Amino acid sequence: MNAPVLDKTLQQRLSIVDCDIHPDQKSADSLSPYLPQRWREHAKMFGLHNRQGLIGQLGFPRMMANGRRADSYPPGGGPSGSDLGFMQKQHLNPNGVEVGMLVALGRNGMEEQNQDFAAALSHAVNDWQIEEWVKPEPRLRAGVVVPQEDAATAVAEIERCAPNPGFRQIIVSPRTAEPLGRRKYWPIFEAAEKSGLPIGLHPAGASGGFPSTGSGWPTYYLQEHYSFETGMQAVLASLVFEGVFEKFPKLKICFIESGFTWVPAVCWRMDKHWERMRKEVPHLKRPPSEYVREHFWFATQPIEEPEHPHHLMDMINWIGWDRIVFSTDYPHWDFDDPRYTFKINLNEKQRAMIFRENAKALYQLQ
Amino acid sequence: MTRHVIAAVGEIKPGEKKLVTLKGREIGVFNVNGEFFALANRCPHAGGPMCEGVITSLVAPGQVGEYKLTRKDEFLRCPWHGWEFEIRTGQSWCDPKDLKIRQFKVAVEPGQDLVKGPYVAETFQVAVEQNYVVIDL
Amino acid sequence: MPGRDESLLMKARPGAIDCDIHPAVPNTKVLLPYLPEYWRDQLVNRFIDRSPFVLQSYPPNSPIACRPDWRPAQGLPGTDFDALRKQALDAFGTKLAICNVLHGSIALFNEDMAAVLCSAVNDWIAKELLDRDPRLRASILLPIQSPDHCVKEIERLAPDKRFVSVLTLVMGETLLGNRRYWPIYKAAEKHGLPVCVHAGSTFRTAPTYSGWPSYVLEDYVSNGTGFENVLVSFVAEGVFQQFPKLKIVCAESGITWLPTLLWRLNKEWRGVRAEVPWVDRPPADIIRDHVRFTLQPLDVPKNDPDKLLRTLEHIGSDEVFLFSTDYPHWHFDGDDVLPDGLTEVSLQKLLSDNALATYPRLGEGGNIGQSREHAGRA
Repeated sequence: MNAPVLDKTLQQRLSIVDCDIHPDQKSADSLSPYLPQRWREHAKMFGLHNRQGLIGQLGFPRMMANGRRADSYPPGGGPSGSDLGFMQKQHLNPNGVEVGMLVALGRNGMEEQNQDFAAALSHAVNDWQIEEWVKPEPRLRAGVVVPQEDAATAVAEIERCAPNPGFRQIIVSPRTAEPLGRRKYWPIFEAAEKSGLPIGLHPAGASGGFPSTGSGWPTYYLQEHYSFETGMQAVLASLVFEGVFEKFPKLKICFIESGFTWVPAVCWRMDKHWERMRKEVPHLKRPPSEYVREHFWFATQPIEEPEHPHHLMDMINWIGWDRIVFSTDYPHWDFDDPRYTFKINLNEKQRAMIFRENAKALYQLQ
Repeated sequence: MTRHVIAAVGEIKPGEKKLVTLKGREIGVFNVNGEFFALANRCPHAGGPMCEGVITSLVAPGQVGEYKLTRKDEFLRCPWHGWEFEIRTGQSWCDPKDLKIRQFKVAVEPGQDLVKGPYVAETFQVAVEQNYVVIDL
Repeated sequence: MPGRDESLLMKARPGAIDCDIHPAVPNTKVLLPYLPEYWRDQLVNRFIDRSPFVLQSYPPNSPIACRPDWRPAQGLPGTDFDALRKQALDAFGTKLAICNVLHGSIALFNEDMAAVLCSAVNDWIAKELLDRDPRLRASILLPIQSPDHCVKEIERLAPDKRFVSVLTLVMGETLLGNRRYWPIYKAAEKHGLPVCVHAGSTFRTAPTYSGWPSYVLEDYVSNGTGFENVLVSFVAEGVFQQFPKLKIVCAESGITWLPTLLWRLNKEWRGVRAEVPWVDRPPADIIRDHVRFTLQPLDVPKNDPDKLLRTLEHIGSDEVFLFSTDYPHWHFDGDDVLPDGLTEVSLQKLLSDNALATYPRLGEGGNIGQSREHAGRA
């Protein structure tokens, strides 16, 4: 019988920084207090306009309970993740969340095609995060959601929110209209670098825009969910090859919800082929993997599960123990519980780094 | 080993379950087509509250494009990652070799033999002829 | 190479089977004799025969397209047959080499034009390559635009046992596991022809879910993700349940992305199995049984045998890789094609055994100088 390796020290005094928690809006009216009249009306009459065939539901339906932990729906009603009290009871308290990094999805301006509406929604969801989550619960920190296709607005929103210590990162969807490393997004990187906040990359969740794979759309959710990883790999390659880090040497990027064991392979591939093709990208002064080593962090969830658990050690050794930050993805279905996520024995120092210290350094948490 | 009484037999109908805590252990007791089985409420995959998951049928493997449900209400789907477990044996379907939930021995005892426990006493006193479900722990 | 273990040089190991080399059609005019009259007419009048049909994935003057010392004095890489025999075959002591001719007809939109051109290329391969050196074998180039045309082409060429596999690119219009391609797999399985899925794209759609990369280098790196998604597609769609004897060869794919694929897909399947109930065993097992990977480009850091060995450990098999030089693409210098660190047993499997187990028709093959008769065509 395979019982998970119980992290005994963690069991005694669980204390973690959770780098991916999803607060949800109770209803379509949740953002109304934070939206001007004109946009309240627009939201009601037209709703979200994003790049998919259905309104309000997914083209790749999720497998269970709409993609959430079936036990995460608040007994008082409302969508999973929408009730702070229940989140505290079910997750923050028992799982020793010392700091929880919010990634607010849903009605938020990410991947919204109407650029003005996207601007309004981002503004509103950022205010909503602070008022209804961060203020009442000091363990939580918000991420500045920005409309990624409208760089000027994104910059303005970053400049508005960054001075508030309740925000500790900038949330950008990696499912952009062009690969994220391209110049149209550079004003966002400039503003991020200036603010000192890392950029957290997390998809909005809708299967829209370019097809999920380089050969078009998959058939099954099994494939679609898998492709979140390949999409992120391509984003990493774009950021590196476009020379973003030559231009913005202090920029920090955190990949959220894409696992991490794919990182060494893509670094090796980039290095190997760059050696051959470097004349095409003369703006890169160093091997691609060096940029990754210096500028990227990777949240653990959904953690890959090697057939032989100790193989995970190899991957972390190759990436760097200081680059991995723990995340649960509460309340989604593929939630990683801090007690059982690592089926390998971590020593005291490794545990502290992954579960707390790396995130504290990355996000400058006190 | 202590014998614990869980419920009267009629309380847990076929396709239903009851969650209890015995000696600090959370356990789910299931009625599968009239037979009783009990499982630990901890998914061996990643610690989820297994027994709070949906009781379901087996989606049978077959030809591509064939979708068939069999063995109605004999399976449990963990509410976290959706792993499927056969209630009777705790056997995980996907990887029969690999994972199994901890099982507890369950027997159905005739009412007249039982003498202790407040819950049992009440039930027992209310309906002497009834069978009730007990657990050895 | 100074300090290089002598036993790892290919001259110490004659008799390998090279599963991926790239001779090329020198120009389109040489294909005209193989075309039916209408198409000859079309190509000439429309000046199509003046275009070289080179794939976007391999700009001919770029380093990945050709190693400098393998570049012919004139013409496209891989078009000098005598040089190929010396450089690709003699230099490595190769016993057999599989020609994967990546002709750009597969990127056309007109299905019928693509099909006749692929047939012409395949006939050219038989006459100009296979007939001229008994060490050569080839993949049947598939006009992937039309599964029906692919099936016809497979049936037409199957009697020539020197065609040992069928060939398509890893990225294209639709994921290869999709049911519309199943008639191809049925025919391939029937004739013992593995499907060689090769790096590259016809760029029918953006290579990434966030659009079009700026650089050839970026596209080339993205092949890894192309292979990941294609294998997920084969597994999820139940291709291996439907065609249990089918084998896939991932060519020019690298292997370091494979462990993550096996792990992530296994985990995914355990929770999501009810969506695809025909997948009745762990995807990692399915892939180890049905899929193989050619050696070059080997995407582990050079001179780091530890990383290679750990990768193979993660994969859980040394029977998945097939020796290849990927001639004339530039992935190594000299004859430094073999990685350090492999045991003798693994090397033997890599160099020959795994290929023999993967390509049933390798053991057969034609007589020296045998010329395949042209089948009648419209």
